Amino acid sequence: MYTPTMLLAILPEILLLTLGVILLVVEPFWKAENRRNAGWLTFGGLLAVLFISLLLARPADSQTVFGGMLRYDWYGFFFKMMFLFAAAATSLFMMDHEKLGRRGESYLLLLASTLGMCLMASSADLVMLYLAIETTSIPLYVLSGFMLDDKASTEAGFKYLLYGAVTSAILLYGFSLLFGFTGTTNLDTLGNALAAGPNMSGLVFGVILLLLVGLGFKISAVPFHFWAPDVYQGAPTPVAGFLSTASKAAGFAVLLRLFFAAFPGYASWTSVLAVVATLTMTIGNLLALPQTNLKRLLAYSSIAHAGYALIGVVAFSELGRASVVFYLLAYIATNLLAFGAVMAFSRVTGTDDIKDFSGLSRRSPWLGLAMLAAFLSLAGMPPFGGFVGKVIVFAAAVDKGLYALAIIGILNSIIAVYYYLNVLKFVYLYRMEGENEETHPIPLTRPYAIALVVLALGVVLLGTLFGPWFNWSNLAALNLF
Amino acid sequence: MIPLSWYLIFAAGLFSLGLFGVLARRNAVAILLGVELMLNAVNINLAAFWRYGNVADMTGQVFAIIVFAVAAAEVAVGLALVISVYRSRNTVVADEIDMLKW
Repeated sequence: MYTPTMLLAILPEILLLTLGVILLVVEPFWKAENRRNAGWLTFGGLLAVLFISLLLARPADSQTVFGGMLRYDWYGFFFKMMFLFAAAATSLFMMDHEKLGRRGESYLLLLASTLGMCLMASSADLVMLYLAIETTSIPLYVLSGFMLDDKASTEAGFKYLLYGAVTSAILLYGFSLLFGFTGTTNLDTLGNALAAGPNMSGLVFGVILLLLVGLGFKISAVPFHFWAPDVYQGAPTPVAGFLSTASKAAGFAVLLRLFFAAFPGYASWTSVLAVVATLTMTIGNLLALPQTNLKRLLAYSSIAHAGYALIGVVAFSELGRASVVFYLLAYIATNLLAFGAVMAFSRVTGTDDIKDFSGLSRRSPWLGLAMLAAFLSLAGMPPFGGFVGKVIVFAAAVDKGLYALAIIGILNSIIAVYYYLNVLKFVYLYRMEGENEETHPIPLTRPYAIALVVLALGVVLLGTLFGPWFNWSNLAALNLF
Repeated sequence: MIPLSWYLIFAAGLFSLGLFGVLARRNAVAILLGVELMLNAVNINLAAFWRYGNVADMTGQVFAIIVFAVAAAEVAVGLALVISVYRSRNTVVADEIDMLKW
């Protein structure tokens, strides 16, 4: 039963795969000194995929294709565009990385994991979901441990793999029980079967806990966050940026779709998630305070941000869903900008300790400005995207009467301002010890300059002209299932 | 015929055994073996639920096949990473791979 919509539903995935094959075929023929062009090819290809999909593959109305395996709807489409954007920015960041930039494999792995994320966002069946999650994770394990001669990187890949394999096995055990209870793996029929069948709240609650372990790992929620700081610090920085943004957003995409579709009648999971959200925000922020390594600080901050986004999931309403989607959009742009600025700095100086950022605003005013935008947006200051995202998430919580959660979120944002501003203090107020900053400039290569400018503009745009973005998030959230 | 619950209890036991192995063993290869046990428990669950449910619907079997195909891919990457760690520091004991902390 072939229909043209089937092709349109997976058009981004088909194009990604084609791009990967082209990359593999072309790259070996290039001379070693030209291999960096693989990055331009990946970047250009991803932009092309993005625009072709935006032109041709916009879903008209929600429908399931491929025998109920995938859903072709705005929700999946919106997330796919986010992943493609994040991958394009990451490919730019990878180009001037010493170990990743000249290796075609690294770009191919990036494309493979983006393909998996696209499938994660649109899968409507447990089998497909599991396959998509693993397609995303396995290339990311390899990418985290990509620098074979670097002890920290191999350790990061190893730790990521162990945590990932265990949590995905636990998630899968939950899937197998869900299949047993309902006799189906399709998310829609599964939700109906659970609602219509005999009351099994105890068992279903257990299954929900199993699923939360697997998805909590993906979004690095407490208490499944232990891998995040180690992996972000050890992995190549572009990969860490990708992990903390696209991979986390993919986890949220699955979390929203799975829980809203399969367990609408079992509201007990919202109270579990409320506790997880509180812990995630608080522990993430408190552990970020004493950090001296900027990558590690960003890791804890990204844990805290998962907590804020979870508030929107707990709200369990249309506004809540829309707020999560918007929050993730703002967070992806902001955090990629933050990681990009750190990369541009540590590529030249070879360090990412916070104290070494002293005098950055004099060494490279534009890089300082990019860091200012990124960290103020992470802290939730207007006029940046992070502010609007936080406001909408808290509004969703207040709207549903979750005042305590909103207040905890706001208190946490205040704690977070301290460590974000602390970084900016080094960048803007402190000077290099006994050195003239003029003699230590930080040159930006072209890929970094392009990526940082686009991301910084995006962060400002999301914070000022947020109307259309929020409308699209709303549209995505309305068509969830 | 053996009741379904026997299979489920067996699978739950196997899963717990695997989880215990993951949490208690210190050798990275043994941890990966524990993960394999957990995945096998899932497969037993899937096959049993399929056999005792709607036999004409092949979903359970297909799911199980996909699970072990993916598990093979995962363990291949896992062993490769274990080897890369072993080459750089001559140990596969998880406790000693502790450069990154705090």
